[in-house]
Amino acid sequence: MEAVSEAPAKRAPAARWSAIKRWLTPVLVPIALVAAWDICVRLTGTRLIPLPRDVGIMLYDFTFGGIYDDAFSKTIHIHFWKSVQRVYGGFFAAALVGIPLGLLIGRIRFIRDLIDPTLQMLRPVPVTAWLPLSMIFFGLGPNAAIFLVFLGAFFPIVLNTTFGVRSVDHKLFEAASMLGCNGSSLFRQVVLPAATPSIFNGLRLGHGFAWILIVVGEMTGVPQGLGAVIMDGRTLSRTDLVISGMIVIGLAGFFSDRIIVAINNRLLAWSPQHHA
Amino acid sequence: MPDAGMHRSARPTLAVKGLSKRFVIGEQTVEALRDVNLTISKGEFVCLIGASGCGKSTLLRIIAGFETASAGTVEMYGAPITAPGPERGMVFQDFALFPWLTVKENIGFGPRQRGLPKDKLDEIATRYTEMVGLTKFADYYPSQLSGGMKQRVAIARVLANDCEVLLMDEPFGALDALTREKLQQELLEIWERTKVTVIFVTHSVEEAVVLSDRVVVMTAGPGRIEHDARIKLARPREVSAIDFNQVRRDITRRLSSHVVVKSVPLTA
Repeated sequence: MEAVSEAPAKRAPAARWSAIKRWLTPVLVPIALVAAWDICVRLTGTRLIPLPRDVGIMLYDFTFGGIYDDAFSKTIHIHFWKSVQRVYGGFFAAALVGIPLGLLIGRIRFIRDLIDPTLQMLRPVPVTAWLPLSMIFFGLGPNAAIFLVFLGAFFPIVLNTTFGVRSVDHKLFEAASMLGCNGSSLFRQVVLPAATPSIFNGLRLGHGFAWILIVVGEMTGVPQGLGAVIMDGRTLSRTDLVISGMIVIGLAGFFSDRIIVAINNRLLAWSPQHHA
Repeated sequence: MPDAGMHRSARPTLAVKGLSKRFVIGEQTVEALRDVNLTISKGEFVCLIGASGCGKSTLLRIIAGFETASAGTVEMYGAPITAPGPERGMVFQDFALFPWLTVKENIGFGPRQRGLPKDKLDEIATRYTEMVGLTKFADYYPSQLSGGMKQRVAIARVLANDCEVLLMDEPFGALDALTREKLQQELLEIWERTKVTVIFVTHSVEEAVVLSDRVVVMTAGPGRIEHDARIKLARPREVSAIDFNQVRRDITRRLSSHVVVKSVPLTA
């Protein structure tokens, strides 16, 4: 009797502790980094880098205003929303072009021979190198930014999609054909689902690049956006503003990655090793 | 004792005639099969046995329509086989299930290709899921199943598609001994019930003798049929019985007379 009543009582704190540990573990490193930052600034006495506390104040003002009341006070939502539009605009365009193109390259020999070498040649060119040309093509403004984000997200998506199509287990084709599945239904019922894990890998990578490239994209002379804020902060020597922009981009990228991971886990419930 | 094959029709289901297969690997040509002739009747349980490289899997894959012959033909009911088809269902050693489909969806995959109405499709999938004892796991994905369960799904998948010849390529080779024995018994029950013709590739003499009406012994370099033995032991077969052992010894001798064994003296 005692043993029975004791067991759940013992398990409850253990379960609670493991839940706490699960939430606590990922924030340990950020806390340590902020602490190290604080200590280093204080020890060196530098005036070039603000203390974490000052960046916190800047972030507060950036979000709610009421402290500095300058051009950046209470403007976070404007910049954030502009950047989100550009990141997702470029990202969705990259997915829209990259996935079908990757499927074609992976599936059709002629398309592969025709396009793949060109892609491999364009891929090593850094996106920043496209900056001047994109400004000529699209003018000063958001379209140039979207184009750069598109370029950055496009390559991982198209390459991973191609890889996914090409690495479908040959036995699955044999199994499908003996069960009477051929032609276009083979593509829909075997190739596409089998390539989904790779496609999602590409989307996740491409999405990461999209957030990376938003800063470069918004160097194209747009007045608003998180990248533009960072460029302004640099020009004005406002390091607290620069770091604030960096933190917001980091958090935005993190949370929008979680969304992709959640969709991924839902669609790929069949494949536990592809759960992120 | 009645031969399990006796009450079945003697009409040849499959006829392999003068079959040869050469593979070109780089500069080399490998002769996998040379002049193989084999006739299999409806409802027969035939095991192909031989050392690795004897071409038994290649023969099976040509029958399945996955490979083409270099010479000779395979005919089913007199019509030459040129491509895979639902009437010949392959069960692979590594299962080859569709990982994104549940047990029931995997089993219903073939019928779905024929565009059956939804209720009919569901009825077939449910029936065959039950047949292999996986009703409780109908909504599981392959990654959540044990090897034995996966192979049950693979068997049900081809049977649900009305296959007449079950082609099995070392299907139980990746399973542990206990699961293997259990699946052998289940396979025999299914075979008795459905009267399906089975061609079963294995390298285990015991497995061949437990299961089959006929054991076809193949030898390597190039692959050809060395011996074709009818197993007349009564079913169910007991592996420890004296007559079982006799048959097993006989087949083993046929098999090993062509396998080069490096003899190492036990004493100096």
